[in-house]
Amino acid sequence: MKDIITVKNLRVAYGDFILFDDINFSVQEKDIFIIMGASGCGKSSMLRVLTGLVTPIQGEVLINGQDFSGADNQQKTEIMKSCGVLYQSGALFSSMTLKENVSMPLELYTNYSKKEIAELASYKLALTGLYGFEDFYPSEISGGMKKRAALSRALALDPKIVYCDEPSAGLDPISSKRLDDLILELNQNLGTTFVVVTHELQSIFAIGNNSIFLDGKVKNITGRGNPKQMLQTPPNPEILEFLTRGVENGQTA
Amino acid sequence: MSVVLKQNNQELYLIFNGDANSIDDADVAPIFESIVEWKNKGGKSIIFDLSSAITSYSSPLAAQIFEWAKKIKSLGLNFNLSLLPQNLQEMLSLALKVENTPPKEKKNSLPFLDKIGLKSVDVFEKIKNACLFIHETNLSLLRFMTGRAVFRKNDFLFIFADCSYKAVGIISLVSFLVGLILAFVGAIQLRTFGAGIYVASMVSIGMTRIMAAIMVGIIMAGRTGSSYAATLGTMQVNEEIDALKTLGVKISDYLITPRLISLVFTIPFLTMLADVLGIFGGAVVGVAFLDISSSSYFDYAVKALTLENILVGLMHSVVYGIIISLCGCYEGLNAGRDADSVGKATTGAVVTALVWMIIATGILTVLLEMAGI
Repeated sequence: MKDIITVKNLRVAYGDFILFDDINFSVQEKDIFIIMGASGCGKSSMLRVLTGLVTPIQGEVLINGQDFSGADNQQKTEIMKSCGVLYQSGALFSSMTLKENVSMPLELYTNYSKKEIAELASYKLALTGLYGFEDFYPSEISGGMKKRAALSRALALDPKIVYCDEPSAGLDPISSKRLDDLILELNQNLGTTFVVVTHELQSIFAIGNNSIFLDGKVKNITGRGNPKQMLQTPPNPEILEFLTRGVENGQTA
Repeated sequence: MSVVLKQNNQELYLIFNGDANSIDDADVAPIFESIVEWKNKGGKSIIFDLSSAITSYSSPLAAQIFEWAKKIKSLGLNFNLSLLPQNLQEMLSLALKVENTPPKEKKNSLPFLDKIGLKSVDVFEKIKNACLFIHETNLSLLRFMTGRAVFRKNDFLFIFADCSYKAVGIISLVSFLVGLILAFVGAIQLRTFGAGIYVASMVSIGMTRIMAAIMVGIIMAGRTGSSYAATLGTMQVNEEIDALKTLGVKISDYLITPRLISLVFTIPFLTMLADVLGIFGGAVVGVAFLDISSSSYFDYAVKALTLENILVGLMHSVVYGIIISLCGCYEGLNAGRDADSVGKATTGAVVTALVWMIIATGILTVLLEMAGI
């Protein structure tokens, strides 16, 4: 499989505070790639770099072989058309219905007619189990449904890569599993690459086939590979503690 | 895209051809009629198929098939996806899964009288809530005066600073300009009668009695009232208000009273500043354009000043301060739980405050007139 995202010598800072130093990793096509680590290690910041919201002070991010981090705003917009983002809180536009939220990228970046856009929006919402809720506003649905609607919006342009920031945050276990199952279905049937920032262990083991472990203290990656394999042969005690929720004998809690 | 119906023995095939653009409504109807006819003849199931021209999955194609699947389901017919490519079958199966909880019924259009009735109930509830809000605020003020109110001193000082010295810059600029404009407007007419010197008296009386208070009120409504609404509205969105309530903290003590006290205490001082700077603004016009000496101008200005006018102006400002802080806090605390609602609350705070300020001005003017003040 070819690399769809490549990060080389990445250095990110907020003012004088260096968040990451000399980070290197790549994501292959059709991966469900997990970015994990303890709270505050910079997982969401890493996602912000990959989505162009934060510019690194050094290094580069390549998406599909194209320079993303060094690109101008127009080029970044062009590259981001092949990407979808699911934000932690959903980030649905509160003044629009679910259908309008999902239709927005289609209206901006495609030449489909209004009818086609409406049908596509309805289909995308149905994929996430929200058929019938097209005319509802975000304030009229639950948190789990908002996440699913936000995922529908992220899928609107049939992206090659979908970035998910803590997709299970705030969801009950059943909704969380449904979202994991959906990610697996989309990955298997459409070949979509997922980059998921999470510290939910059940999700990590259920869906992840590749991962990196960010350590805020060393400001770098201290573990990489398949999460289940990392649990079997942990590269260091911190990762073992993370993956076993601190259970000393190494068995998953 | 074209869609073709093909019958083979007892089975009906719905075959999708061509590109994935949406099929015209005009072409849908005859196909639909044929399907209904076939159903009436005893048909039970339709098989979906793709022409050999379509080789890969695309969302528009999937969306089209999904629409047809819904139409066929609505007729009470079954459909079979087994001839479609595997990935398309899987995606359509996912899309066609029905939620456990059916979507709640949206409100249908009500009769006109029902709408009036509901609106009246809504208005009554809003008035009731407003009265309860004022009642709770009064109780909180009593607690504040007896030292029993629970609030953070740092928050209080921050709010106090925001509506005191931080407002001085804009109040100074606006009141200076208002005095200048007032003098200009008065000078045009007074000069024709050779009474240009009375511009000083006019500005002095106008600013102290009402203009300064109104201008300060308008600025503070836009600046501070909206800030109160936005802060409390955002706290509502972030569930901070809920957190305070569950901690047993009285919202009126913690959030409303500090804001009310701060603004009511500082607004008279800001009004006095506006009085002085307004008179100076008028002086610029008098000296520069009416050839009045500064000593004459200020002599007439000071002579026109009366304690009565100054106190009337300050009384107006205190009333405005109460209105602005209550409107801002009320709108903020009653904002919804999304970004749009915070915006509406902020706008509502300013508009409501301005409307009530005008109503209060009218009432006070009549009362003062009746009292001969």
